[in-house]
Amino acid sequence: MIVFREVHKAFGPKRVLEGFSLEIPDGQTTVIVGYSGAGKSVALKLIVGLLEPDHGAVEVDGQVVHLMEREALTALRSRIGFVFQFAALFDSMTVAENLAVGLRRHGIGETEIAERSAEALAMVGLSGSEGRYPGELSGGMRKRVGIARAVVLRPRYILYDEPTTGLDPVTAAVMNQLMVRARETYGVTGVVVTHDMHGAYTVGDRIAMLYRGQVRQVGSVEAIRGSHDPVVRQFVEGRPEGALDAERAEGGV
Amino acid sequence: MLRLITNRVERWLTAIGRLGVLLADLGRGLKDVDVWPGLTVVQMRRIGVDSLPIAVFIAAFTGIVLALQASYTFKGAVPLYFVGTAVGKSIMLELGPVLTGLALAGRIGANIAAELGTMRVTEQVDALETLAYDPMSYLVVPRVLASTVMFPVVVAVAVAVGIVAGLVAAVNLLDLSSVEFIHGLQLFYRFKDVWFGLLKSTSFGFAIALIGCSCGLGVRQGAEEVGRATTRAVVLSAQIILVLDAFWALLLL
Repeated sequence: MIVFREVHKAFGPKRVLEGFSLEIPDGQTTVIVGYSGAGKSVALKLIVGLLEPDHGAVEVDGQVVHLMEREALTALRSRIGFVFQFAALFDSMTVAENLAVGLRRHGIGETEIAERSAEALAMVGLSGSEGRYPGELSGGMRKRVGIARAVVLRPRYILYDEPTTGLDPVTAAVMNQLMVRARETYGVTGVVVTHDMHGAYTVGDRIAMLYRGQVRQVGSVEAIRGSHDPVVRQFVEGRPEGALDAERAEGGV
Repeated sequence: MLRLITNRVERWLTAIGRLGVLLADLGRGLKDVDVWPGLTVVQMRRIGVDSLPIAVFIAAFTGIVLALQASYTFKGAVPLYFVGTAVGKSIMLELGPVLTGLALAGRIGANIAAELGTMRVTEQVDALETLAYDPMSYLVVPRVLASTVMFPVVVAVAVAVGIVAGLVAAVNLLDLSSVEFIHGLQLFYRFKDVWFGLLKSTSFGFAIALIGCSCGLGVRQGAEEVGRATTRAVVLSAQIILVLDAFWALLLL
Protein backbone atom coordinates (compact mmCIF):
# COMPACT_ATOMS: atom_id res chain seq x y z
CA MET A 1 0.00 0.00 0.00
CA ILE A 2 1.10 3.56 -0.72
CA VAL A 3 0.29 6.21 1.86
CA PHE A 4 0.81 9.97 1.71
CA ARG A 5 0.88 11.43 5.21
CA GLU A 6 0.45 15.21 5.50
CA VAL A 7 2.91 15.83 2.67
CA HIS A 8 4.12 19.37 2.03
CA LYS A 9 6.25 20.25 -0.96
CA ALA A 10 7.24 23.67 -2.29
CA PHE A 11 9.47 24.83 -5.12
CA GLY A 12 10.81 28.19 -4.02
CA PRO A 13 7.85 30.39 -3.16
CA LYS A 14 5.38 28.09 -4.97
CA ARG A 15 3.73 25.75 -2.52
CA VAL A 16 2.51 22.69 -4.44
CA LEU A 17 1.42 20.20 -1.79
CA GLU A 18 0.12 21.48 1.52
CA GLY A 19 -0.84 18.64 3.82
CA PHE A 20 -1.61 16.11 1.08
CA SER A 21 -2.86 12.83 2.58
CA LEU A 22 -4.07 9.83 0.59
CA GLU A 23 -4.10 6.06 0.90
CA ILE A 24 -3.70 3.98 -2.26
CA PRO A 25 -5.01 0.48 -1.62
CA ASP A 26 -3.42 -2.59 -3.21
CA GLY A 27 -4.85 -4.21 -6.31
CA GLN A 28 -6.81 -1.16 -7.43
CA THR A 29 -6.19 1.75 -9.76
CA THR A 30 -6.39 5.11 -8.04
CA VAL A 31 -6.64 8.15 -10.28
CA ILE A 32 -5.44 11.52 -9.06
CA VAL A 33 -7.10 14.35 -10.97
CA GLY A 34 -6.63 18.08 -10.74
CA TYR A 35 -5.59 21.16 -12.64
CA SER A 36 -2.30 21.50 -14.47
CA GLY A 37 0.31 22.54 -11.94
CA ALA A 38 -1.73 21.23 -9.01
CA GLY A 39 1.11 18.90 -7.95
CA LYS A 40 -0.12 15.58 -9.35
CA SER A 41 3.17 14.65 -11.02
CA VAL A 42 5.05 15.81 -7.93
CA ALA A 43 3.00 13.31 -5.90
CA LEU A 44 4.07 10.49 -8.25
CA LYS A 45 7.73 11.47 -8.07
CA LEU A 46 7.57 11.46 -4.27
CA ILE A 47 6.50 7.80 -4.38
CA VAL A 48 9.69 6.69 -6.15
CA GLY A 49 11.98 9.07 -4.29
CA LEU A 50 12.74 11.32 -7.27
CA LEU A 51 11.66 14.17 -5.00
CA GLU A 52 11.65 14.48 -1.21
CA PRO A 53 8.84 16.04 0.81
CA ASP A 54 9.57 19.19 2.80
CA HIS A 55 7.35 17.88 5.59
CA GLY A 56 5.32 14.72 6.06
CA ALA A 57 6.11 11.35 4.53
CA VAL A 58 5.27 8.98 1.73
CA GLU A 59 5.20 5.32 2.74
CA VAL A 60 5.37 2.39 0.35
CA ASP A 61 4.80 -1.05 1.87
CA GLY A 62 5.32 0.47 5.32
CA GLN A 63 8.67 2.06 4.50
CA VAL A 64 9.19 5.84 4.51
CA VAL A 65 10.63 6.59 1.08
CA HIS A 66 12.71 9.67 1.83
CA LEU A 67 14.43 7.96 4.80
CA MET A 68 15.58 4.94 2.77
CA GLU A 69 19.25 4.19 2.13
CA ARG A 70 20.30 3.99 -1.52
CA GLU A 71 20.18 0.16 -1.59
CA ALA A 72 16.70 0.03 -0.07
CA LEU A 73 15.51 2.67 -2.51
CA THR A 74 16.90 0.65 -5.41
CA ALA A 75 15.01 -2.40 -4.12
CA LEU A 76 11.83 -0.35 -3.80
CA ARG A 77 12.18 1.01 -7.33
CA SER A 78 12.47 -2.52 -8.66
CA ARG A 79 8.86 -3.03 -7.46
CA ILE A 80 7.56 0.11 -9.15
CA GLY A 81 7.09 0.79 -12.85
CA PHE A 82 6.91 4.42 -13.92
CA VAL A 83 5.26 5.56 -17.17
CA PHE A 84 6.41 9.11 -17.91
CA GLN A 85 4.28 11.82 -19.50
CA PHE A 86 6.41 11.90 -22.66
CA ALA A 87 7.54 8.27 -22.28
CA ALA A 88 11.18 9.24 -21.45
CA LEU A 89 12.51 6.46 -23.65
CA PHE A 90 16.29 6.36 -24.04
CA ASP A 91 16.68 7.76 -27.52
CA SER A 92 20.10 6.19 -28.10
CA MET A 93 18.61 2.71 -27.58
CA THR A 94 16.25 0.58 -29.64
CA VAL A 95 12.84 -0.40 -28.27
CA ALA A 96 14.25 -3.81 -27.27
CA GLU A 97 17.17 -2.20 -25.43
CA ASN A 98 14.79 0.20 -23.67
CA LEU A 99 12.85 -2.78 -22.34
CA ALA A 100 15.96 -4.76 -21.48
CA VAL A 101 17.82 -2.07 -19.56
CA GLY A 102 15.72 -2.39 -16.40
CA LEU A 103 15.70 -6.20 -16.53
CA ARG A 104 19.49 -6.39 -16.88
CA ARG A 105 19.80 -4.30 -13.73
CA HIS A 106 18.06 -7.13 -11.86
CA GLY A 107 20.34 -9.81 -13.30
CA ILE A 108 17.74 -11.42 -15.54
CA GLY A 109 19.18 -13.61 -18.32
CA GLU A 110 19.05 -12.65 -21.98
CA THR A 111 16.64 -15.47 -22.93
CA GLU A 112 14.11 -14.40 -20.33
CA ILE A 113 14.62 -10.75 -21.29
CA ALA A 114 13.73 -11.60 -24.91
CA GLU A 115 10.65 -13.59 -23.82
CA ARG A 116 9.37 -10.94 -21.43
CA SER A 117 10.03 -8.12 -23.92
CA ALA A 118 8.13 -9.93 -26.67
CA GLU A 119 5.21 -10.52 -24.28
CA ALA A 120 5.14 -6.88 -23.12
CA LEU A 121 5.32 -5.55 -26.68
CA ALA A 122 2.53 -7.92 -27.73
CA MET A 123 0.41 -6.62 -24.85
CA VAL A 124 0.77 -3.03 -26.08
CA GLY A 125 0.29 -4.08 -29.72
CA LEU A 126 3.82 -3.32 -30.86
CA SER A 127 5.19 -6.77 -31.69
CA GLY A 128 7.98 -6.52 -34.23
CA SER A 129 9.08 -3.04 -33.11
CA GLU A 130 12.07 -4.32 -31.18
CA GLY A 131 14.68 -2.91 -33.56
CA ARG A 132 13.16 0.55 -33.97
CA TYR A 133 14.48 3.68 -32.26
CA PRO A 134 12.18 6.05 -30.29
CA GLY A 135 12.73 8.74 -32.92
CA GLU A 136 11.06 6.48 -35.48
CA LEU A 137 7.88 6.09 -33.39
CA SER A 138 4.79 8.30 -33.09
CA GLY A 139 3.88 9.89 -29.75
CA GLY A 140 1.26 7.23 -29.05
CA MET A 141 3.64 4.41 -29.89
CA ARG A 142 6.30 5.88 -27.62
CA LYS A 143 3.80 5.98 -24.76
CA ARG A 144 2.88 2.36 -25.43
CA VAL A 145 6.55 1.40 -25.32
CA GLY A 146 6.69 3.34 -22.04
CA ILE A 147 3.94 1.09 -20.66
CA ALA A 148 5.74 -2.00 -22.00
CA ARG A 149 8.96 -0.86 -20.29
CA ALA A 150 7.06 -0.60 -17.01
CA VAL A 151 5.12 -3.90 -17.19
CA VAL A 152 8.14 -5.91 -18.41
CA LEU A 153 9.59 -5.54 -14.91
CA ARG A 154 6.49 -7.29 -13.47
CA PRO A 155 6.20 -4.57 -10.83
CA ARG A 156 3.85 -4.46 -7.91
CA TYR A 157 2.91 -0.86 -8.65
CA ILE A 158 2.70 1.12 -11.88
CA LEU A 159 2.62 4.91 -11.79
CA TYR A 160 1.24 6.66 -14.89
CA ASP A 161 2.03 10.35 -15.35
CA GLU A 162 -0.51 11.98 -17.69
CA PRO A 163 -0.70 8.90 -19.94
CA THR A 164 -3.21 10.34 -22.42
CA THR A 165 -2.05 13.96 -22.61
CA GLY A 166 -1.40 15.08 -26.17
CA LEU A 167 -2.97 12.03 -27.78
CA ASP A 168 -5.89 11.90 -30.20
CA PRO A 169 -9.12 10.43 -28.71
CA VAL A 170 -8.67 7.03 -30.32
CA THR A 171 -5.05 6.63 -29.18
CA ALA A 172 -6.08 7.90 -25.74
CA ALA A 173 -8.76 5.19 -25.60
CA VAL A 174 -6.12 2.60 -26.55
CA MET A 175 -3.91 3.84 -23.72
CA ASN A 176 -6.80 3.57 -21.25
CA GLN A 177 -7.47 0.05 -22.48
CA LEU A 178 -3.80 -0.85 -21.96
CA MET A 179 -3.86 0.43 -18.39
CA VAL A 180 -6.90 -1.71 -17.63
CA ARG A 181 -5.24 -4.69 -19.33
CA ALA A 182 -2.03 -4.19 -17.33
CA ARG A 183 -4.04 -4.36 -14.09
CA GLU A 184 -6.04 -7.38 -15.19
CA THR A 185 -3.05 -9.27 -16.63
CA TYR A 186 -0.47 -8.57 -13.96
CA GLY A 187 -2.66 -7.60 -10.99
CA VAL A 188 -0.68 -4.43 -10.38
CA THR A 189 -1.72 -1.53 -8.21
CA GLY A 190 -2.00 1.54 -10.40
CA VAL A 191 -1.70 5.24 -9.68
CA VAL A 192 -2.76 7.40 -12.61
CA VAL A 193 -2.30 11.13 -12.72
CA THR A 194 -4.48 12.88 -15.29
CA HIS A 195 -6.91 15.70 -15.97
CA ASP A 196 -8.80 13.61 -18.53
CA MET A 197 -12.02 12.72 -16.70
CA HIS A 198 -13.19 10.29 -19.36
CA GLY A 199 -9.93 8.33 -18.91
CA ALA A 200 -10.27 8.57 -15.13
CA TYR A 201 -13.73 6.98 -15.24
CA THR A 202 -12.47 4.23 -17.58
CA VAL A 203 -9.36 3.11 -15.70
CA GLY A 204 -10.05 4.15 -12.12
CA ASP A 205 -11.45 2.18 -9.22
CA ARG A 206 -11.09 5.26 -7.05
CA ILE A 207 -10.62 8.90 -7.93
CA ALA A 208 -9.01 11.57 -5.77
CA MET A 209 -9.20 15.22 -6.67
CA LEU A 210 -6.15 17.26 -5.74
CA TYR A 211 -6.93 20.88 -5.14
CA ARG A 212 -4.86 23.60 -3.46
CA GLY A 213 -2.28 21.06 -2.37
CA GLN A 214 -4.77 18.77 -0.62
CA VAL A 215 -7.28 16.07 -1.47
CA ARG A 216 -10.58 17.82 -2.03
CA GLN A 217 -12.54 14.59 -2.39
CA VAL A 218 -11.71 10.91 -2.76
CA GLY A 219 -14.08 8.11 -3.57
CA SER A 220 -15.38 5.63 -6.10
CA VAL A 221 -16.02 6.65 -9.68
CA GLU A 222 -19.73 6.90 -8.89
CA ALA A 223 -19.10 9.04 -5.82
CA ILE A 224 -17.02 11.51 -7.83
CA ARG A 225 -19.50 11.53 -10.71
CA GLY A 226 -22.31 12.34 -8.29
CA SER A 227 -20.29 14.69 -6.08
CA HIS A 228 -22.14 17.65 -4.56
CA ASP A 229 -18.92 19.59 -3.93
CA PRO A 230 -19.18 22.57 -6.31
CA VAL A 231 -15.41 22.59 -7.02
CA VAL A 232 -15.35 18.88 -7.88
CA ARG A 233 -18.54 19.19 -9.92
CA GLN A 234 -17.19 22.04 -11.99
CA PHE A 235 -13.94 20.14 -12.66
CA VAL A 236 -15.53 16.83 -13.64
CA GLU A 237 -18.11 18.55 -15.82
CA GLY A 238 -15.43 20.77 -17.38
CA ARG A 239 -17.51 23.93 -17.02
CA PRO A 240 -15.61 27.18 -17.58
CA GLU A 241 -17.60 29.05 -14.91
CA GLY A 242 -18.55 28.05 -11.42
CA ALA A 243 -17.26 27.74 -7.88
CA LEU A 244 -13.63 27.62 -9.04
CA ASP A 245 -13.84 31.12 -10.47
CA ALA A 246 -14.64 32.57 -7.09
CA GLU A 247 -11.77 30.65 -5.50
CA ARG A 248 -9.40 31.64 -8.31
CA ALA A 249 -10.32 35.27 -7.77
CA GLU A 250 -9.21 34.82 -4.18
CA GLY A 251 -5.85 33.59 -5.47
CA GLY A 252 -6.60 29.93 -5.08
CA VAL A 253 -5.73 28.30 -8.39
CA MET B 1 28.35 46.85 -12.37
CA LEU B 2 28.50 45.60 -8.79
CA ARG B 3 25.43 43.49 -9.49
CA LEU B 4 27.10 42.00 -12.58
CA ILE B 5 30.21 41.09 -10.59
CA THR B 6 28.09 39.64 -7.76
CA ASN B 7 26.12 37.54 -10.26
CA ARG B 8 29.30 36.28 -11.91
CA VAL B 9 30.86 35.36 -8.56
CA GLU B 10 27.64 33.67 -7.47
CA ARG B 11 27.51 31.64 -10.70
CA TRP B 12 31.14 30.61 -10.29
CA LEU B 13 30.62 29.59 -6.68
CA THR B 14 27.48 27.64 -7.59
CA ALA B 15 29.32 25.84 -10.40
CA ILE B 16 32.26 25.01 -8.13
CA GLY B 17 29.91 23.86 -5.35
CA ARG B 18 28.06 21.58 -7.77
CA LEU B 19 31.39 20.21 -9.01
CA GLY B 20 32.36 19.43 -5.42
CA VAL B 21 29.13 17.54 -4.79
CA LEU B 22 29.56 15.61 -8.04
CA LEU B 23 33.13 14.74 -7.10
CA ALA B 24 31.94 13.37 -3.76
CA ASP B 25 29.21 11.35 -5.49
CA LEU B 26 31.71 9.85 -7.95
CA GLY B 27 32.93 7.55 -5.20
CA ARG B 28 29.42 6.21 -4.74
CA GLY B 29 29.11 5.56 -8.46
CA LEU B 30 32.46 3.78 -8.62
CA LYS B 31 31.23 1.16 -6.14
CA ASP B 32 28.54 0.07 -8.62
CA VAL B 33 30.93 -2.13 -10.61
CA ASP B 34 28.11 -4.05 -12.32
CA VAL B 35 27.18 -0.96 -14.28
CA TRP B 36 30.05 1.28 -15.37
CA PRO B 37 32.78 -0.92 -16.93
CA GLY B 38 30.94 -1.79 -20.16
CA LEU B 39 29.62 1.75 -20.54
CA THR B 40 33.14 3.14 -19.99
CA VAL B 41 34.46 1.19 -22.99
CA VAL B 42 31.72 2.71 -25.18
CA GLN B 43 32.63 6.19 -23.94
CA MET B 44 36.35 5.56 -24.50
CA ARG B 45 35.58 5.09 -28.17
CA ARG B 46 33.31 8.14 -28.35
CA ILE B 47 35.58 10.42 -26.34
CA GLY B 48 38.98 9.06 -27.36
CA VAL B 49 38.93 7.44 -30.77
CA ASP B 50 36.37 9.82 -32.26
CA SER B 51 38.42 12.83 -31.08
CA LEU B 52 41.58 11.74 -32.89
CA PRO B 53 40.84 13.39 -36.27
CA ILE B 54 40.41 16.90 -34.81
CA ALA B 55 43.40 16.45 -32.46
CA VAL B 56 45.62 15.24 -35.32
CA PHE B 57 44.46 18.08 -37.58
CA ILE B 58 45.30 20.73 -34.96
CA ALA B 59 48.63 19.12 -34.06
CA ALA B 60 49.77 18.80 -37.67
CA PHE B 61 49.19 22.46 -38.48
CA THR B 62 50.67 23.56 -35.15
CA GLY B 63 53.84 21.56 -35.89
CA ILE B 64 54.19 23.12 -39.36
CA VAL B 65 53.60 26.68 -38.15
CA LEU B 66 55.97 26.22 -35.19
CA ALA B 67 58.76 25.04 -37.48
CA LEU B 68 58.25 27.99 -39.82
CA GLN B 69 58.04 30.56 -36.99
CA ALA B 70 61.09 29.12 -35.20
CA SER B 71 63.09 29.27 -38.42
CA TYR B 72 61.96 32.88 -38.99
CA THR B 73 63.03 33.81 -35.46
CA PHE B 74 66.36 31.92 -35.39
CA LYS B 75 67.62 32.67 -38.89
CA GLY B 76 71.00 34.44 -38.79
CA ALA B 77 71.25 34.34 -34.99
CA VAL B 78 70.79 30.75 -33.79
CA PRO B 79 71.74 27.49 -35.57
CA LEU B 80 68.69 26.22 -37.45
CA TYR B 81 68.74 22.77 -35.84
CA PHE B 82 67.25 24.53 -32.81
CA VAL B 83 64.03 24.50 -34.81
CA GLY B 84 63.78 20.82 -33.78
CA THR B 85 64.28 21.83 -30.15
CA ALA B 86 61.62 24.55 -30.32
CA VAL B 87 59.08 22.32 -32.04
CA GLY B 88 59.66 19.35 -29.70
CA LYS B 89 59.69 21.30 -26.44
CA SER B 90 56.72 23.50 -27.34
CA ILE B 91 54.55 20.67 -28.51
CA MET B 92 55.40 18.20 -25.75
CA LEU B 93 55.22 20.64 -22.85
CA GLU B 94 52.54 23.08 -23.84
CA LEU B 95 50.88 23.22 -27.21
CA GLY B 96 50.10 19.51 -27.56
CA PRO B 97 48.23 19.19 -24.27
CA VAL B 98 46.73 22.68 -24.11
CA LEU B 99 45.59 23.12 -27.72
CA THR B 100 44.18 19.59 -27.76
CA GLY B 101 42.57 20.27 -24.38
CA LEU B 102 40.93 23.47 -25.57
CA ALA B 103 39.70 21.85 -28.76
CA LEU B 104 38.32 18.84 -26.91
CA ALA B 105 36.77 21.07 -24.24
CA GLY B 106 34.53 22.21 -27.08
CA ARG B 107 33.97 18.80 -28.53
CA ILE B 108 33.72 16.60 -25.44
CA GLY B 109 32.56 19.11 -22.82
CA ALA B 110 29.80 20.45 -25.05
CA ASN B 111 28.78 16.97 -26.13
CA ILE B 112 28.48 15.67 -22.57
CA ALA B 113 26.65 18.75 -21.28
CA ALA B 114 24.17 18.77 -24.19
CA GLU B 115 23.55 15.02 -23.99
CA LEU B 116 22.99 14.90 -20.23
CA GLY B 117 21.06 18.17 -20.26
CA THR B 118 18.70 16.81 -22.90
CA MET B 119 18.35 13.57 -20.96
CA ARG B 120 17.48 15.64 -17.89
CA VAL B 121 14.76 17.73 -19.56
CA THR B 122 13.22 14.72 -21.33
CA GLU B 123 13.11 12.87 -17.97
CA GLN B 124 15.49 10.15 -19.19
CA VAL B 125 17.64 10.69 -16.09
CA ASP B 126 14.54 10.23 -13.91
CA ALA B 127 13.66 7.14 -15.96
CA LEU B 128 17.10 5.69 -15.23
CA GLU B 129 16.53 6.23 -11.52
CA THR B 130 13.12 4.58 -11.60
CA LEU B 131 14.78 1.60 -13.32
CA ALA B 132 17.00 1.35 -10.22
CA TYR B 133 20.13 2.82 -11.82
CA ASP B 134 22.24 5.46 -10.16
CA PRO B 135 22.94 8.22 -12.73
CA MET B 136 26.38 8.50 -11.15
CA SER B 137 27.40 4.98 -12.14
CA TYR B 138 25.46 4.93 -15.41
CA LEU B 139 26.23 8.39 -16.79
CA VAL B 140 28.95 10.19 -14.87
CA VAL B 141 31.55 7.54 -13.96
CA PRO B 142 31.86 6.12 -17.52
CA ARG B 143 32.33 9.58 -19.04
CA VAL B 144 34.79 10.82 -16.43
CA LEU B 145 36.86 7.61 -16.46
CA ALA B 146 36.90 7.38 -20.25
CA SER B 147 37.92 10.99 -20.63
CA THR B 148 40.64 10.71 -17.97
CA VAL B 149 42.10 7.57 -19.56
CA MET B 150 41.76 8.56 -23.22
CA PHE B 151 42.86 12.19 -23.01
CA PRO B 152 46.60 11.40 -22.57
CA VAL B 153 46.33 8.85 -25.38
CA VAL B 154 44.87 11.46 -27.74
CA VAL B 155 47.46 14.01 -26.62
CA ALA B 156 50.31 11.49 -27.14
CA VAL B 157 49.15 10.91 -30.71
CA ALA B 158 48.78 14.67 -31.23
CA VAL B 159 52.30 15.33 -29.93
CA ALA B 160 53.78 12.66 -32.21
CA VAL B 161 51.89 14.03 -35.23
CA GLY B 162 52.88 17.60 -34.39
CA ILE B 163 56.56 16.76 -34.21
CA VAL B 164 56.47 14.72 -37.42
CA ALA B 165 54.62 17.55 -39.18
CA GLY B 166 57.28 19.98 -37.93
CA LEU B 167 60.00 17.66 -39.25
CA VAL B 168 58.31 17.35 -42.64
CA ALA B 169 57.89 21.14 -42.85
CA ALA B 170 61.51 21.72 -41.84
CA VAL B 171 62.84 19.28 -44.41
CA ASN B 172 60.62 20.41 -47.26
CA LEU B 173 60.19 24.13 -46.64
CA LEU B 174 63.34 25.10 -44.75
CA ASP B 175 67.03 24.62 -45.38
CA LEU B 176 67.22 21.84 -42.78
CA SER B 177 67.85 18.08 -42.98
CA SER B 178 65.96 15.51 -40.97
CA VAL B 179 69.21 14.61 -39.14
CA GLU B 180 69.63 18.23 -38.04
CA PHE B 181 66.01 18.49 -36.96
CA ILE B 182 66.27 15.30 -34.88
CA HIS B 183 69.58 16.47 -33.41
CA GLY B 184 67.83 19.65 -32.27
CA LEU B 185 64.91 17.63 -30.98
CA GLN B 186 67.23 15.49 -28.81
CA LEU B 187 69.37 18.38 -27.64
CA PHE B 188 67.49 19.38 -24.48
CA TYR B 189 65.10 16.43 -24.39
CA ARG B 190 64.21 15.07 -20.98
CA PHE B 191 61.81 12.25 -20.19
CA LYS B 192 59.98 14.70 -17.95
CA ASP B 193 58.87 16.57 -21.10
CA VAL B 194 56.77 13.55 -22.01
CA TRP B 195 55.26 12.64 -18.66
CA PHE B 196 54.64 16.24 -17.69
CA GLY B 197 52.53 16.78 -20.82
CA LEU B 198 50.66 13.52 -20.32
CA LEU B 199 50.01 14.19 -16.63
CA LYS B 200 48.61 17.59 -17.51
CA SER B 201 46.39 16.13 -20.18
CA THR B 202 45.07 13.49 -17.75
CA SER B 203 43.93 16.26 -15.43
CA PHE B 204 42.39 18.13 -18.37
CA GLY B 205 40.42 15.03 -19.39
CA PHE B 206 39.13 14.53 -15.87
CA ALA B 207 38.13 18.19 -15.50
CA ILE B 208 36.42 18.51 -18.90
CA ALA B 209 34.24 15.43 -18.36
CA LEU B 210 33.38 16.36 -14.78
CA ILE B 211 32.40 19.90 -15.80
CA GLY B 212 30.35 18.59 -18.75
CA CYS B 213 28.48 16.18 -16.47
CA SER B 214 27.93 18.82 -13.81
CA CYS B 215 26.58 21.40 -16.28
CA GLY B 216 24.41 18.81 -18.06
CA LEU B 217 22.87 17.29 -14.96
CA GLY B 218 22.34 20.77 -13.51
CA VAL B 219 19.79 21.56 -16.24
CA ARG B 220 16.25 21.71 -14.92
CA GLN B 221 14.03 22.66 -17.82
CA GLY B 222 13.91 23.65 -21.45
CA ALA B 223 16.07 23.73 -24.56
CA GLU B 224 17.31 27.21 -23.73
CA GLU B 225 18.81 25.99 -20.47
CA VAL B 226 20.46 23.08 -22.31
CA GLY B 227 22.07 25.64 -24.63
CA ARG B 228 23.26 27.73 -21.71
CA ALA B 229 24.63 24.65 -19.92
CA THR B 230 26.54 23.64 -23.04
CA THR B 231 28.12 27.09 -23.39
CA ARG B 232 28.91 27.13 -19.67
CA ALA B 233 30.60 23.74 -19.92
CA VAL B 234 32.87 24.90 -22.77
CA VAL B 235 33.79 28.22 -21.15
CA LEU B 236 34.37 26.72 -17.71
CA SER B 237 36.41 23.84 -19.15
CA ALA B 238 38.62 26.25 -21.12
CA GLN B 239 39.19 28.34 -18.01
CA ILE B 240 39.97 25.33 -15.84
CA ILE B 241 42.41 23.99 -18.45
CA LEU B 242 44.40 27.22 -18.33
CA VAL B 243 44.32 27.30 -14.52
CA LEU B 244 45.46 23.66 -14.33
CA ASP B 245 48.16 24.39 -16.91
CA ALA B 246 49.55 27.14 -14.71
CA PHE B 247 49.15 24.99 -11.59
CA TRP B 248 51.18 22.06 -12.99
CA ALA B 249 53.86 24.43 -14.33
CA LEU B 250 54.25 26.05 -10.91
CA LEU B 251 54.26 22.67 -9.14
CA LEU B 252 56.49 20.59 -11.38
CA LEU B 253 58.72 22.79 -13.55
